[in-house]
Amino acid sequence: MGSETKGMLEIQKDKMTEIKFTKLFINGEFVDAVSRKTFETTEPRTGEVLASVAEGDKEDIDLAVKAAREAFDHGKWPRLPGSERGRIMRRLADLIDEHAEELAALESMDAGRLFTLGKIIDIPACSRNLRYFAGAADKIHGLTLKMSRELQGHTLKEPIGVVGHIIPWNFPSTMFFLKVSPALAAGCTMVVKPAEQAPLTALFYAHLAKQAGIPDGVLNVVNGFGSTAGAALASHMDVDKISFTGSTEVGRLVMEASAKSNLKPVTLEMGGKSPLIIFDDADVNVATELARMAVFYNKGEICVAGSRVFVQEGIYDEFVRVSLEKAKSWKVGDPFDPTVNQGPQVDKVQFDRVLSYVEHGKREGATLLTGGKPCGEKGFYIEPTIFADVKDDMIIAREEIFGPVMSLMKFKTVEEAIERANKTRYGLAAGIVTKDLNTANRVSRSVRAGTVWINCYFAFDADAPFGGYKMSGFGKDAGMAALDGYLNTKAVITPIFDSPWL
Amino acid sequence: MGSEGNDSSERQKLRLPEIKFTRLFINGEFVDAVSGKTFETIDPRTGEALASVAEGDKEDVDLAVKAAREAFDHGRWPRMSGSERRKIMMKFADLIDRHVEELASLDCADAGKLFTHTKFLEIPQCAENIRYFAGAADKIHGETLKMSRELQGYTLREPIGVVGHIIPWNFPSTMFFFKVSPALAAGCTMVVKPAEQSPLSALYYAHLAKEAGVPDGVLNVITGFGPTAGAALSSHMDVDKISFTGSTEVGRLVMEAAAKSNLKVVSLELGGKSPLMVFDDADVDTAVELAQIAAFYNKGEICVAGSRVYVQEGIYDEFVRKSAEKAKSWKIGDPFDPQVNQGPQVDKKQFEKILSYIDLGKREGATLLTGGKPCGDKGLYIEPTIFTDVKEEMTIAKDEIFGPVMSLMKFKTIEEVIERANQTRYGLAAGIVTTDLNIANRVSRSVRAGTIWINCYMAFDRDCPFGGFKMSGFGKDIGMAGLDKYLLCKSVVTPIYNSPWL
Repeated sequence: MGSETKGMLEIQKDKMTEIKFTKLFINGEFVDAVSRKTFETTEPRTGEVLASVAEGDKEDIDLAVKAAREAFDHGKWPRLPGSERGRIMRRLADLIDEHAEELAALESMDAGRLFTLGKIIDIPACSRNLRYFAGAADKIHGLTLKMSRELQGHTLKEPIGVVGHIIPWNFPSTMFFLKVSPALAAGCTMVVKPAEQAPLTALFYAHLAKQAGIPDGVLNVVNGFGSTAGAALASHMDVDKISFTGSTEVGRLVMEASAKSNLKPVTLEMGGKSPLIIFDDADVNVATELARMAVFYNKGEICVAGSRVFVQEGIYDEFVRVSLEKAKSWKVGDPFDPTVNQGPQVDKVQFDRVLSYVEHGKREGATLLTGGKPCGEKGFYIEPTIFADVKDDMIIAREEIFGPVMSLMKFKTVEEAIERANKTRYGLAAGIVTKDLNTANRVSRSVRAGTVWINCYFAFDADAPFGGYKMSGFGKDAGMAALDGYLNTKAVITPIFDSPWL
Repeated sequence: MGSEGNDSSERQKLRLPEIKFTRLFINGEFVDAVSGKTFETIDPRTGEALASVAEGDKEDVDLAVKAAREAFDHGRWPRMSGSERRKIMMKFADLIDRHVEELASLDCADAGKLFTHTKFLEIPQCAENIRYFAGAADKIHGETLKMSRELQGYTLREPIGVVGHIIPWNFPSTMFFFKVSPALAAGCTMVVKPAEQSPLSALYYAHLAKEAGVPDGVLNVITGFGPTAGAALSSHMDVDKISFTGSTEVGRLVMEAAAKSNLKVVSLELGGKSPLMVFDDADVDTAVELAQIAAFYNKGEICVAGSRVYVQEGIYDEFVRKSAEKAKSWKIGDPFDPQVNQGPQVDKKQFEKILSYIDLGKREGATLLTGGKPCGDKGLYIEPTIFTDVKEEMTIAKDEIFGPVMSLMKFKTIEEVIERANQTRYGLAAGIVTTDLNIANRVSRSVRAGTIWINCYMAFDRDCPFGGFKMSGFGKDIGMAGLDKYLLCKSVVTPIYNSPWL
């Protein structure tokens, strides 16, 4: 893959670099912010400015919510049959497939994600997610009830109304559709506030949505900052629901803002410090492969990162040896290079933060086995890093680092692994590597986390509900359960007379 | 009832129930508050102190949560099968039936509730509520999923952990079991903070729970005040969930406290300003009867009170005339008297608040049709009050009064009444009186409220989920949906090989 390939990559990238959409998308139109302000989004491969994007604030959120409210209260979208909404959503999915390359390139440039993976896995997964919910839109069921006297009762599941989605920068496209797909299927209208670190793909999707036939006002995108646009959305008196994915500290602010405004229901998907528990009977090759994925995938910028790797003592030494080898073959570089495994961290703030955690690790006495340093002099690249001899009370074992830093820990018994795995305020996910049925069942039931992966990791699926326990949040994305977040349940009761049964 | 009746009403005037339990119930024992403090609970029939009750504060909440945490993490309750929990819960229900008279007299003297009604209806319904959830405990199902590749996925519904229940004073027994029954069935452990206005029956129930075999630490009761004990529970770092029923203003504080502490999951059942819509085709006598119940039942101290009565112009005059007549036959008096329809308001604060709303109604220009004054010179009794010519902007049409005050309004068309019915930040319930199928369907779908009663009102049922839209809150009590609040959904995913189908 010599210099010739590199040249081709640059040309390819340039062709796709044209950034077409940089304004706010309100009521079917791309518009400037009321204040006319803009902000810059940087490219993590170089640290340089990528584009100037309209900076939305309270007035823009007000306009967007107004459009969404009108579209919900008087527009077509909630009044269409589910199958019609499904048809339009499938058209959007087709358009996404058609533009997969352009979208993957945007995401690589804006958030440092791997281009090839984006193009053949992530973006197609977005369109599949849309299709999943497109197919669910006409299968939203309530119940007829079993009343205890001569009454007829049933529940109706109605779209909750105007939804605010606040999404993070680590998987801009995936997060966009995780939220938007079920909300569209349910018949809601919405305002999306993408992360300021990665605002570009959301605007492209808004453009495609209009092209697909989603009526004006149903899907609005207001770019800007959390403390301005995000806060305005969370406190808005006319938003019926907020769906948030992001950090625990901002999750608190969102929930507080809701409590202080109109008590809108909130779902939060926040951080994690997920344990990957590897038992003696595991195949070391498979286990080290999984662990590497669990910690370094997407440069560690994933909420479910298996950042605490517990290895049973019987295979510990071999595990460490093979992990080190595997770390060395993990390639860090330009995300447009198809042979690269890890791109740059999303911005300088994250980059500095991860490195400071590495320092904490060293100072607190963990053993740095490999990595720990920046990679190259330009951009925000960090070497895949492994610490051993990590103790449960060390900062690197307790706090979410959100970078390619693995904490390796040895354990003896299954009871010990369970106890240590649960000693965290988080509860997003967990991994178990074993072939033993009883170990798998016992540990999967005992670990307090919203998703448990057995002999796999990051095995997401459109039909599998995803969401945390404890301080990782509440509410589910994906699966039929995700629809519940965008529906209100209404009970309707009527007396009945002369019914032949009760 | 004759002369014997006269004798008994004399005796009833002096009737003070024997108050056996006045201390906090923590880990299976009745104990004083750590501070030794007590507070008085008032008898609203006289305005005098009924009993001195232990006043729990933060330290007591800490002890109770500690006991509940131990009982959950290491105790039997969550580890029992659903059918074993059922057995104990059924015994609990039987004990309630056995002690119904004592319990009814407690709620009567403590909260001004009608004795006959509480003894023959409300408390037996509480026992039935426990039986409903007892029968559900072994029917808590997750799902096996339909994965899109060679993976096996299923969801497990696990008890959420330690629950805090904060309950109001208007239906002390019903509210206690609305919360406690599903939480017990789900396998959770809990701390109940009853309202300070009506702490007595909760303590009795705790005693019966122990007798029934509910293990120590599973059910704890801390009586005390909102800003101390309630706040401590909402902010507790080791409580997994708060279930709250009460005022909107306190609901905000609970949600804020959760956001600022450990982001515990919150469900809120708050106020309402529910519309009762009577159409021209209604039988006027039936409609007037319904409206009277809707506005005056339980002295108006009910969240779903149909306090806004919309009557179509065709039957309006007859409706007003008959309502005024019917109000005259609505008897106010001592709640131990079986002939009485309405007891005293729960305390002086509520009493004064309602009278000030009545005053406001007059000042803002509504016409006082009947009532509007206190009843008698002792205790907190208020006449059933009807205002006509009420306009939507008036305070009495917008604020929740929580007293026996009906606002009567005339409407012309179905579009108009739907719009006016929805012109509120609340969305708890609504009533429709018509026998026209299309009106019933259209209006029930158009009104944004969690429960719609057609040709009935306050038709609660155990299998019917109850909870509001908009600022009336989120989350459901009772029905199988009532369990959801006390369960967490975990996805378990494993790769599969050589499966003959996907």
